[in-house]
Amino acid sequence: MSKAAFDLVIVGVGGQGTLLASKILGRLALSENCGVKVSEVHGMSQRGGSVITHVRVGDSVHSPMVALGGADYLISFEALEAARAACYLKPGGTAIVNTQHILPMPVITGAAAYPEDPLAALASYRVESADALGIAVECGSQKALNLVLLGMFSRHLPFEEVAWRDAIAACVPQKSLEVNLAAFARGRALMG
Amino acid sequence: MDEKMLTDDVFVADPVEERLMLGNEAVAQGAWEAGLRVAASYPGTPSTEITECVARFPEVDCQWAPNEKVATEVAFGAAMAGARAMTCMKHVGVNVAADPIFTAAYTGVNAGLVVVCADDPAMHSSQNEQDSRYYARAAHIPMLEPSDSRECHAFTRLAFTMSEELDTPVFLRLTTRVAHARSVVAIGERADVPLRPYQKDAMKYVMMPGMARKRHLKVEAREAFLSEAANRLPINVIKMRDTSVGIITSGVCYEYVRDAMPHASTLKLGMVYPLPMKLIREFAQKVDRLIVVEELEGLIEREVLAAGIPCEGKNLTGIQGELSVEKLRSVLLGAPMPQGEDTSIPARPPVLCPGCPHRGVFYVLNKLGMRVMGDIGCYTLAALPPLSAMDACLCMGASIGMAGGAERAQGKAFSRGTVAVLGDSTFIHSGITSLVDAVYNRETITVVILDNRITGMTGHQQNPATGYDIHNQPAPQLNLEKLVESCGVTDVRVVDPFNLKATEQAIREATANEQVSVVIARRPCALLDKTARPSFVIDGCRGCGACMKLSCPAIERHGKIVEINPALCSGCGMCAQVCPFKAIKSGREARV
Repeated sequence: MSKAAFDLVIVGVGGQGTLLASKILGRLALSENCGVKVSEVHGMSQRGGSVITHVRVGDSVHSPMVALGGADYLISFEALEAARAACYLKPGGTAIVNTQHILPMPVITGAAAYPEDPLAALASYRVESADALGIAVECGSQKALNLVLLGMFSRHLPFEEVAWRDAIAACVPQKSLEVNLAAFARGRALMG
Repeated sequence: MDEKMLTDDVFVADPVEERLMLGNEAVAQGAWEAGLRVAASYPGTPSTEITECVARFPEVDCQWAPNEKVATEVAFGAAMAGARAMTCMKHVGVNVAADPIFTAAYTGVNAGLVVVCADDPAMHSSQNEQDSRYYARAAHIPMLEPSDSRECHAFTRLAFTMSEELDTPVFLRLTTRVAHARSVVAIGERADVPLRPYQKDAMKYVMMPGMARKRHLKVEAREAFLSEAANRLPINVIKMRDTSVGIITSGVCYEYVRDAMPHASTLKLGMVYPLPMKLIREFAQKVDRLIVVEELEGLIEREVLAAGIPCEGKNLTGIQGELSVEKLRSVLLGAPMPQGEDTSIPARPPVLCPGCPHRGVFYVLNKLGMRVMGDIGCYTLAALPPLSAMDACLCMGASIGMAGGAERAQGKAFSRGTVAVLGDSTFIHSGITSLVDAVYNRETITVVILDNRITGMTGHQQNPATGYDIHNQPAPQLNLEKLVESCGVTDVRVVDPFNLKATEQAIREATANEQVSVVIARRPCALLDKTARPSFVIDGCRGCGACMKLSCPAIERHGKIVEINPALCSGCGMCAQVCPFKAIKSGREARV
């Protein structure tokens, strides 16, 4: 039996590095003998567009995609993208959100307005939000944003902290490992 | 032709390791284990990573080719000369490679030849939704279709065996959700597959009418053999569950069916051409209601109906876009379709990056009101507002031919206000012959080559103009200026697209010139340019919005005035050139 079973979508803006988070989760699930499938977006949408990665963990996972209204968890790297992906959460689902705002082109040009409170779209779900970018910068690199969010998310899963740290070590370059582990610890502590 | 070779279990019996692999990685791994020696491809989403992964294996001679046709010919030549070979492309790449592929079906191979084609239902990164399974049928080439990474790995190995056993190229068909999904693969060792000797055999490899007629008979015999063997292939599997509904499916759709209707009986097709008609008939007889679940065209459904077996399919699923678990629950079970994205949320379309050198060219084209015959690459994004600087985009390299045709329709004066625009890699892929045509047929068009020193959109692959090969080793570098000159172009200009004034002048003069002219806008891709430049700042903005016309993600309107987001600004300085009030300055100057 798989130690954990959950459906997760990770969303953000192309270029934010969302693929590292799913890579670490996949590695972790495999090392914990859980069935796992991950579906990624490559290509045109990586140029500053909305991006989404699906992660499915459990024994009887077939589709690599999380169904609309089927996600236990949503991790969002950006506030507006969290609102956009709210449709993936199932009732009672949890959203982990970086509160950063990145303006899309229609907002930049004045053709549309960035919502006053984008997280209002998630009002019926459990929301855990933080300035994950700010914390990552404090840890030494804005690229460590991934790990702050994963640290927050780690509190929801039954895996030992050491298993997380091993998976991180296997997926990030040695020279940035220290910063990434620090970011992970800060994220984890936020929800402690 | 020995059926036994095709019916052995295709999965690795004694794996050395289990890994979570992208479908594309698993194809590369399977090919390597199958003794792959030569791989040649042109990048194309969602197939690109296969060849990038193959390039990591030192035993494989791996290359980027200028286009899919050349790649296929190189792979074919290698297979004919005794080496197991592979070429990988996206669905529209098969159109380019179709010429050698159709006739390679007649010649057959010596060592195994696998052609991987990756379809893109829903067009995540493509210009159409064509279904490459029709190529298998049209060319009489077997086609395997895996549904996850484990099968990508196993079916690739089987494809090489099948290719040699049946003396034919074999297609491996992926779709985006297989190519770009990760699942667990049990990997094995590399098989020791010796190089086969090269033997001259003109009757087999010289396709003149007399020889080809004889080879065509072989094609028919081989297909008859495989059509019969298909009924016993272990990759075509019947699983009986509840018999009220039976589903015939393949690829990722099988995974959707299993999640949406876990109790339905299934016939999962690992080979989608030729089809196992006896097995399909046997399955149909065991179920009350037969449904074919396939993305894109109703190809399997039509074959089943043509065999006189009643079934449903496209009347339920349609031919547009991708299927999904929730869509199948909705159309097969009548469940309500869950709410999708809230469309009132501002969209976030992809955009040209901050510091993208293409921006300068399209800003100028917009300013001059030029008609723009566009092409395939990141720069197609310039069709979107506010740049809105593209009139047409058809296929790789089409911009030059389209500009020529437009001149023939509207006269030479039309070309005084029209340009063809394409990237360095796209020009090499299939723009060169069109340029030769334009000169030869006395057209007067202007071609702008956006030379950003890389194949950008697909994730930065080297090409003949970059001076590096697939291993990032120095390689002979194609000189674009000399190439276009040797095509007969006498008006050739090179400009830096960050310099808007010079770019505008070059485009004005080139289009005014009543002969074929080429402007090479040269500047490395912003994502690869490591030059550190201070970001720009606005001091004293009057809110005129002139800089907004650049469509730069770093330039944001905040109420009446505009600000530059220092976290995004790459310091290219184009905005400072367009500000009529000189209010935008480099951070370096501003601090002084």
